[in-house]
Amino acid sequence: MNAFIAIVRRDLLLAARRKSEVLTALFFFMIVVSLFPLGIGPETAMLRRIAPGVLWVAALLAAMLSLNRLFAADHQDGTLEQMSLSPTPLALLVSGKVLAHWLTSGLPLVLLAPVLGLQFDLSPRALGVLMVSLLLGTPVLSLVGAIGAALTLGVRGGGVLLSLLVLPLYIPALIFGAGAVEADVAGLGAGGHLSLLGALLALGVFFAPWAATAALRIALE
Amino acid sequence: MSQRLVNWFKFASPASFYPLAGKMWPWFAAIGTVLAAAGLWISFFVAPTDFQQGEGYRIIFIHVPASWMSMFIYCVMAFWAAIGITFNTRLSGMMSSALAPTGALFAFLSLWTGALWGKPMWGAWWVWDARLTSELILFFLYIGYIALTAAIDDPRRADKAGAIISLVGVVNVPIIYFSVKWWNTLHQGASVSLTKAPSMAATMLWGMLIMALAFWMYSIAIALYRVRAIILERERHTTWVAELPEMQR
Repeated sequence: MNAFIAIVRRDLLLAARRKSEVLTALFFFMIVVSLFPLGIGPETAMLRRIAPGVLWVAALLAAMLSLNRLFAADHQDGTLEQMSLSPTPLALLVSGKVLAHWLTSGLPLVLLAPVLGLQFDLSPRALGVLMVSLLLGTPVLSLVGAIGAALTLGVRGGGVLLSLLVLPLYIPALIFGAGAVEADVAGLGAGGHLSLLGALLALGVFFAPWAATAALRIALE
Repeated sequence: MSQRLVNWFKFASPASFYPLAGKMWPWFAAIGTVLAAAGLWISFFVAPTDFQQGEGYRIIFIHVPASWMSMFIYCVMAFWAAIGITFNTRLSGMMSSALAPTGALFAFLSLWTGALWGKPMWGAWWVWDARLTSELILFFLYIGYIALTAAIDDPRRADKAGAIISLVGVVNVPIIYFSVKWWNTLHQGASVSLTKAPSMAATMLWGMLIMALAFWMYSIAIALYRVRAIILERERHTTWVAELPEMQR
């Protein structure tokens, strides 16, 4: 457990020293979201209708952009190899890295989403549901993304390949995340969608670090 | 018992599987050709014209077997991936990569024929129905597998990475299917029901089953043929490949 906390602290510290990487993904999220009204037109009714989907798709893309740095630097300088040799199970260390990744790329999106939701004229209640859905959904993005990041480690054209592998797997999170807000706006209640997102998160927490570890071991061979 | 086990593992070696596949694939190809001829004859000349859908319904004789095969081949790929990871056999990875293009082909064929069928029946090339959407995502999963294995130069590493992504995919396929299904019921877009199809005439069902069997035989034959090519490519430095009669020419 100590090793887990140490890994999280280390990755957070590294992210704090290289702020630009974290901020770039955040600004990417803001820009993508702001592009939609410019492309579609400023009618409020329409914007309110598309807001959940737009915010979620933008969150997906922003999370994917930052996935590359999850293992790449550690792979390059050999830290990853040392981690795989350590007595602590590699899956635990991977979980720590994923948690740190979520804290630096997912959590800021959750906090920023209501501000961007205001641009789309979402009601305060819908903003709350959006935040909860992102809070449950963005960890799933980090977890599933870790598998893809581990598989494409040191592979030719890794970045584009990563999106090809990971985006289809993100679809359930997108559907339930955006669906929660839409269901709430439609008066159906978001409980079902949020429960399913929670179920995805539970599955991801259990299985994803394990699969990512297996993928890392292949990359380290 | 032990004798049989030994016999099975014998064919896990590419050197002994190569001649076996060479003997098997022409048979499957021949059976597939005969079945396809019979199936196409039934579907074009024997099966009656549907009174609701006219002649256009005959597309399902290709469409339905192609969809079945695309889903089934993904499961077979994942099965070989699991075997490959558990027993660390070289041939399993080769089987997976031999099956992937056929699966992707069937997924594409199923989408394409589905669009051709949808235009006269529903008046649209594409509707966001749960089945269509999950078939599309399945196609993306195939492309992801092929792209990943193609991007890694070392074949053994490519096999293992491909095994992991296909296992992750096979776990996700049901999740994706149900999420798309529930998403679709929430949206209530096109009111098209695929599940409440009118009961089928017996000849139509027979035509479809024979076509499905023909597609099976084709898939097995082409996978064996392709795996032979993959074996030759990867084992070209070995003496047994150099001693093959087809290498002497």
